[in-house]
Amino acid sequence: MDSFQDILFRLKSYWAERGCVIQEPYDLEVGAGTMAPETFLRVLGPRPYRVAYIQPSRRPADGRYGENPHRLYKHWQLQVILKPAPADIVEQYLGSLRAIGIDLRRHDFKFEEDNWESPTLGAWGIGWQAMLDGLEITQFTYFQQCGGVDLDLVPVELTYGMERLTAFLQGKDNVFDIEWARGFTYGDVRRADELQFSVYNFELAGVATLWKLLELHEGECQRLLEAWPDYPDKKRFPVLAAYDQVLKCSHLFNLLDSRGAISVTERVGVIGRVRKLAVAVAAMWLEQEALG
Amino acid sequence: MSGLDLLLEIGTEEIPHWMIPPALRDLERLFQELLQASRLASGAVPIRVDATPRRLVLRASSLPERQPDSEELLTGPPRTAAFKVGQPTQAALGFARKLGIEVSALEIQSTPKGDYLCYRKQVAGRATRDILADALPELILKIYFPKTMYWTGKGGPRFVRPIRWLVALLGDEVVPFEVAGVQSARTTCGHRVLGTPAIEVSIDDYQEKLRENYVLLAAEERRRKIQQGVDALLAGTGLRLKPDPGLIETLVHLTEYPTPVLGSFDAEFLALPEEVLVTVMRHHQKYLSVTDSEGRLTPNFIAVMNMDGDPEGLVRQGNEGVLRARLHDARFFWTVDQRKKLEERLADLAHVTYQAKLGTYRGKTDRMVALVRELGGSEHAVRAALLAKCDLTTEMVKEFTELQGVIGGLYARAQGEPEAVWRAIHDHYRPESMEDAIPSSLEGRLVSLADKLDALKGCFAQGLIPSGSRDPFALRRAAQGVVRILVEGKLALPLKKFLGPDAALAEFFEDRLRYYYRDVRGLRYDEVNAVLAAGWDDLTDLESRLVALQQVRPTENFEPLAVSFKRIKNILRQAEFTRRGTVDPALLEPGPEQELYGRFHAVRALRVFRGARDYACDLEDMASLRPQVDQYFDKVLVNAPDARLRQNRLTMLANLLGEFSAIADFSEIVTTE
Repeated sequence: MDSFQDILFRLKSYWAERGCVIQEPYDLEVGAGTMAPETFLRVLGPRPYRVAYIQPSRRPADGRYGENPHRLYKHWQLQVILKPAPADIVEQYLGSLRAIGIDLRRHDFKFEEDNWESPTLGAWGIGWQAMLDGLEITQFTYFQQCGGVDLDLVPVELTYGMERLTAFLQGKDNVFDIEWARGFTYGDVRRADELQFSVYNFELAGVATLWKLLELHEGECQRLLEAWPDYPDKKRFPVLAAYDQVLKCSHLFNLLDSRGAISVTERVGVIGRVRKLAVAVAAMWLEQEALG
Repeated sequence: MSGLDLLLEIGTEEIPHWMIPPALRDLERLFQELLQASRLASGAVPIRVDATPRRLVLRASSLPERQPDSEELLTGPPRTAAFKVGQPTQAALGFARKLGIEVSALEIQSTPKGDYLCYRKQVAGRATRDILADALPELILKIYFPKTMYWTGKGGPRFVRPIRWLVALLGDEVVPFEVAGVQSARTTCGHRVLGTPAIEVSIDDYQEKLRENYVLLAAEERRRKIQQGVDALLAGTGLRLKPDPGLIETLVHLTEYPTPVLGSFDAEFLALPEEVLVTVMRHHQKYLSVTDSEGRLTPNFIAVMNMDGDPEGLVRQGNEGVLRARLHDARFFWTVDQRKKLEERLADLAHVTYQAKLGTYRGKTDRMVALVRELGGSEHAVRAALLAKCDLTTEMVKEFTELQGVIGGLYARAQGEPEAVWRAIHDHYRPESMEDAIPSSLEGRLVSLADKLDALKGCFAQGLIPSGSRDPFALRRAAQGVVRILVEGKLALPLKKFLGPDAALAEFFEDRLRYYYRDVRGLRYDEVNAVLAAGWDDLTDLESRLVALQQVRPTENFEPLAVSFKRIKNILRQAEFTRRGTVDPALLEPGPEQELYGRFHAVRALRVFRGARDYACDLEDMASLRPQVDQYFDKVLVNAPDARLRQNRLTMLANLLGEFSAIADFSEIVTTE
């Protein structure tokens, strides 16, 4: 039986063999692999790119103190971007399932419509959830827009939910029981993390501090955006640092949300603020890219 | 009949199941139009369209090899300029030279503008294959889908999902064309897992080759396979399928080779309400539910695979595991939600936005309560209105939003609310579609009315008015719901009073009324227009007038009288006369005028005497005036030179018109004359 990490290794080598850069996770808190600059920024513009990376994704509101067998505050996504999407992409994807030992002749595989959308990123795409025996194992999306911009080349994004996929392969009902490596379960590695961050996110996070931080990061991003037009050597300009500030804002928003500190009315407003930054950074990145 | 057969297969990645049937209808229509426009068929050609998630297929037979030849008339110089003393001029010679023929091949044709030198050019019909090769790429991309994508790069063609292969055969030959970089050929593709990816086909063996490769092309075949599979699974178990034709259709269009599999779940989950179990199974997993012979849910489900079998039980086990997790969640939500009663959630509604401009659900609740009281609701109805929206703060509704209302009702029952209250909460979103029933109880109907009327008034007041296909707040459905509850629930309420003074809202409702009677109930449009033009408020009254009009319409006097009413209306309009008033009997001429007056008064007295509204009697009485009305118009000059006389006559006609126009405006009736 393959362990959690075996499966990760296999998928990474599978996509490495298909020309992907194997990246490591982005070192800031993100809600999904899509938000890492390797996806959000790289899908923009006319330059082809192929990348695969694991991205631990934090969704504070989904935490359950490590007690729910299926829900996690932080889960592992394997993110694959092929830009542009090759014509045989579905075949390649099915090949990746075979590579981790899924004999599709003994299971039931379906693509069911599921169009992905991220209002905070001004991004959306057309696609499916890939269902294996009734379980959603991958989100499969042809990106159409990112940062409010129509994409030049249409990338495909494959997002594998690694815990679910492993639980399925190992026949486990509880993600904490899956084997991470010989002698270590997922629970051994991660339970404390789930418990402590649930306590922090739901109970102890300082609301006033989080709001303050959100404003500070938003301000820093805006300061950079304002400095851009007059900056003399645009190729040196820290567009990527400005994007880091967007990611910080997005995560702080999620934290405030899980803390119950954002009313429904405020929600729309804050999402709008983050979206505005994301869209502006995307435009700046495209301009910088065009300089070559 | 001989001719050529055509096979067109558009091979795609998986098309969303609900878009498939309308796309096929559109494909068929577009192709029929192409045949007509390119003169490849004179009448409707036998066409068959089929689809699976990965292919849209059109087959036609008896197409001609080529278009019929045609003739084109090319006009040259006028005769006077073409010939001088019997000899062709330079103009005529030039015209012939341009066409590459002799002048002798030209002829004189007379036109309204005079005689001209002309050439009848014989145009050979184009080969059908060439016409199709030119037209099919555009036709394919014209098929309508509610949401499309591009995949070859910005500005590239749009389709529902990427096109990956194309089969186009006319007889034995490929119709050559290209769409989105894909070249048409004779190679199709089998089932993703069970079939071969590249299969060469001919028109004759196409369907059979697909079948060999685990693709059942015809939806009816897949439907039958599901049905037979279900029957085989349930045979001898005493279990029954809970009928769900909508879900079966979904599964038919989600599979190329459907095979049902029977699974089970722990019986302890049956403690959850049936609605919750069915929703988890149906909406989230697309499983069919199973009952015992009494119709009670059993701890089983049927999943439909896109496979030929599950000999090792792996698919069943996988699906059981997924369902178990989902049911665990549902039970967890149920338990957590019971810790806080619905009533205690009222305050929380102040934090739930109803709509940015319309405030919170707390405010909406207050308005609904007030409206239910105005509508004459009982204390039970008022209580239901108060609690109706509280389930929006429950974990269960956050997870299963489609169960809003239903969950509130079930929680209210569990928390000891009387049946009249919980049932009203349970039903208050109904009717959710044209097929859905209206709430079963009076309390439920009133709460539903209050909910919908509040939404309509609120949105219209804020200018959030539906336009074209944009109706983000589902206001058309809300108004349709109001109409159906009032009409089908026979609630005699002054609707206009509840709509308020907003003219746009009244007009919107009139539109909905027209739609309801004409398109849903299938009534004749002129009758609906006639009754609506006479005004509407209490919809049960509107309904009675419509029914009466329908009854009286076929009687022999009715239509001629409707014609006379139109005439009266015109006379009054031309005279700019609208007043009803008192007729001076002394000014009436003996004969037809007095007779009509007398008969009209007798009829009016009868109406007063009957008192209660009986529109059919009223209309019959009116129709009985026909001989007098006919005579009147034969013999009496309404526009008499004497002003007093004219005034008196117009008054009588206005009275006559007014008396019956409250039932229907007869000038709207389309008469054969």
